[in-house]
Amino acid sequence: MTRHTFILNGTSVTVDVDDDVRLLWVLRDVVGLTGPKYGCGINVCKACTSHLNGKAFNPCSVRVKDILPTDEVTTIEGLADTVPGDLHPMQEAWLEYDVAQCGYCQPGQIMAAVAKVRQARAKGRTITEADLDEIRNVCRCGTYSRIREAIKAGADHM
Amino acid sequence: MAPSQSTPELPVPPRPGTSRRGFLGYVVGASTLVVAADLRVGTPAYAAVPSAPQIAEAYDLEDLQTDAARPTAQMITISVEKDGTATFAIPRMEVGQGITTSTAMIIAEELDLPVSKVRVSLAPARPELVFNQLTGGSNTTVSTFTPIRVAAAIAKGALLEAAAIELGSAMALLRSKDGVITAPDGSSVGYGELAAKAASAVTRKVQVVLKPSDSFEVIGRPVNRVDARDIVTGRKKFAMDLEVPDALPTMVCRPPTLNGSPKAVRNLSAVKAMPGVTDVAMVDTGVAVRAATFGHCIDAVRALEVDWLPGSVDGESDATILQELRGAQVPLVVPKVPVLAKTVEADFTFMFRSSAALEPYAAIADVRADSAEVWAGLKSPIVAQEDIAKATGLPQGKVKVNVVTGGGSFGHKLFGDHAIEAAKISKAMGKPVRLMWHRADEPRQGRVHPMATSRIRATYLAGQVLTFEQQHTSIETDFSHGLGEMLSSSAAELPAGLGNLGFAESIFQLTQELPYDFGAVTQQLTETDSRFNTGSMRNIYSPDVRCANELVVDQLARAMGKDPYRFRLEFLKDERTRAVLRRAAEVGRWGRSMPAGTAQGIAIHKEYKGATACLVEIDCRPETVNRKVRDGVTGPRVTKAIIAVDAGLVINPQGLKAQMMGGFSDGLALALTSSLHLRDGHFLEASWDNYFYTRQWNIPPEFDVVVVGSDSQQPGGAGEAAVASSVAAVACAFARATGKVPTRFPINHDSPITFDIKSFVPPVPQSPVDGLNHTY
Ligand code: FES
Ligand code: FES
Repeated sequence: MTRHTFILNGTSVTVDVDDDVRLLWVLRDVVGLTGPKYGCGINVCKACTSHLNGKAFNPCSVRVKDILPTDEVTTIEGLADTVPGDLHPMQEAWLEYDVAQCGYCQPGQIMAAVAKVRQARAKGRTITEADLDEIRNVCRCGTYSRIREAIKAGADHM
Repeated sequence: MAPSQSTPELPVPPRPGTSRRGFLGYVVGASTLVVAADLRVGTPAYAAVPSAPQIAEAYDLEDLQTDAARPTAQMITISVEKDGTATFAIPRMEVGQGITTSTAMIIAEELDLPVSKVRVSLAPARPELVFNQLTGGSNTTVSTFTPIRVAAAIAKGALLEAAAIELGSAMALLRSKDGVITAPDGSSVGYGELAAKAASAVTRKVQVVLKPSDSFEVIGRPVNRVDARDIVTGRKKFAMDLEVPDALPTMVCRPPTLNGSPKAVRNLSAVKAMPGVTDVAMVDTGVAVRAATFGHCIDAVRALEVDWLPGSVDGESDATILQELRGAQVPLVVPKVPVLAKTVEADFTFMFRSSAALEPYAAIADVRADSAEVWAGLKSPIVAQEDIAKATGLPQGKVKVNVVTGGGSFGHKLFGDHAIEAAKISKAMGKPVRLMWHRADEPRQGRVHPMATSRIRATYLAGQVLTFEQQHTSIETDFSHGLGEMLSSSAAELPAGLGNLGFAESIFQLTQELPYDFGAVTQQLTETDSRFNTGSMRNIYSPDVRCANELVVDQLARAMGKDPYRFRLEFLKDERTRAVLRRAAEVGRWGRSMPAGTAQGIAIHKEYKGATACLVEIDCRPETVNRKVRDGVTGPRVTKAIIAVDAGLVINPQGLKAQMMGGFSDGLALALTSSLHLRDGHFLEASWDNYFYTRQWNIPPEFDVVVVGSDSQQPGGAGEAAVASSVAAVACAFARATGKVPTRFPINHDSPITFDIKSFVPPVPQSPVDGLNHTY
């Protein structure tokens, strides 16, 4: 076991866990943050999508030893604290459009949505239908159309 | 409307819990207000089945499930708490279909309380409910609507009585609104304050009249999901998220072929000594490992060297199973029709499909020497409780089964596979376990929708369809989750003609209805082969059966020189289905001109006390079909989809629309992309990058749901209602766009396999380590 330190939702945490354990299990099984979900463990379903230094990433496919002490990991639990107010505008949009069905995929969908909007902004444009087509997050309940609506609305307030 | 006063002499009720003046229920002896109603109250009685050609028309699966609830004379209770909230534990399971929201709305309506003050939880297994704790067949609202209203109305009556004393006013003059009761002089009192005062020391029977539907203020208005905030903040807990002391992550190393079993572990001590591993135990389904994290479990599962016993279908493939189905097929009859009559014939094949949800099977189990407790998403918890008792050798009463909200179900969680397996492992290890199936385990060893063929022969003459025969031949569907027992318990009350059939054939007859005037209609199911792990998948037979039907309807229309939409309008039997068809055609602009390689398709489905129509536009032009998405299936794209639905009395239109969207997404996948390939005794698919459920790049950019007004006073089912019309509409559109009627579903099943087949030994893939190269 090795000690690993990183910044999780704004606070520095240190965990004692084997180097190779993927960050998803460190978050869920060691720290006890269950917002990032497991749906495949191989970077396909995107249910675990969280942010690393503001960019979307999939902790099921990153070893804890590859995370630096200065790295900022944000999970769905910490998203609201990255902005003023009660909730992140994307979370508000999700409520407004009543996107969720079972909800299992939605933490990952929201984290992906925020990153996707930021990515488009960085390219100096707003989110397009083609951008939305690129989102790989699986929703087995089939809420895809509402996700698209909510992202467009959430982007306007980001 | 205020409830009527209880009368000293109660009339003899014509049906349990009903009187000429209203419904009967109870104020239960307790320290705060608790009310109860019989779950079988107020379910409509059905007339005898006429000798009409089809059973499902007069008496369907909804009626069976509702009737099966009747003999169990069981109580549901609502409590009013001192904080002014009402609480209710529903004996059904929330899997995303929104029943906790719609149930809160029903209670809020009758109790005059804001929806936000109603707390609906999921009841643990209640064996005394017998058949009345099964979530399936889109039946929840159909069967619980009236009993819940009765209980809520009784609660309001008791609160009004208490308020009358409190405010010194006549009960009839009081007004209740938003959880507050106000007297004519303006003085008021909240439900919270009345909770103890309205309580009764002894249980007493009371009679109530329900609100008339024209004064509904909550029912029928769009309401957001009650758990939405927990979902978007990551606080909503699923089975594997629950904190149960010492329930460490546990996974199973599974056999390389379907339903194989372990014989011996060759490297037990080496695996036991691996980092993080606490226990390794052999169970009938494989070799279980318990470890500090699921990451350690994956490592251990991959390291295990196991000798395996054969599986149930070793050596079999899609082709051999299809051959077996062909062998079981009943020949189509040569109909006795005039010699000039013409025939349309068709033969369709539907491949195996995985019903797995995004949340894989997961369950927590703590089995002790004399008792057991289990937490899992279960739609049929009483059957699971019986099975766990059997598996652990404990009396059923010593097994506590907690029902947890599920991350989707689609029929999957009707079975207690995960809960039973977790209990066996916990017993073998003597410790609590947090069992999770790896994603790869789901399509490969989990429940599948059976492969089936559907053959149709129809004859027509002089503008009339004379006969329509459909022979559906399927791998057996497993109904051991309770629906089977429900059916046998109700056998005596079932319509004539069902008595001699097996479970599956009966359920087929109870769900299938061809809603067209097509002369002599025959629809029959033949089943073979019970070696697969099967189940329903967001509906049982209808998506396949109706897809076949509607494709043939299009062929008949063509043969008879008619437009597919007008042909349907002309031959449909009932006005409700015609109305949704008209709306879909109107909103979707049926018949508009489309470029070559693109087309519209339209189809209907009637089930669950309602009807849906779906219109789609599909683009099958090469530039669309051949567009590239990494590790994804593209193919034809549906560019527009409209669903028009009549679901009877609608509780929550927003929830209904959501169910239509989800159902469409399933229909799209069934028609075009998602299936399992059986080869050498195992299914090849092992994750979402090779089991192609609908993804963002497949869904129509334009999607709309139109809720068609219904004069039905009865809520219909919603969860599965849209799937059949959607799969059929997409198939019909594909046929019209390409000029070729597809015969094997999904349409891309026979395309070359483009994915890397994941290993069978070890049975789960290792997690990648390059996640940091894919950030965005
Ligand atoms: S669990 Fe991380 S992508 Fe599926
Ligand atoms: S809401 Fe259930 S998987 Fe997306």
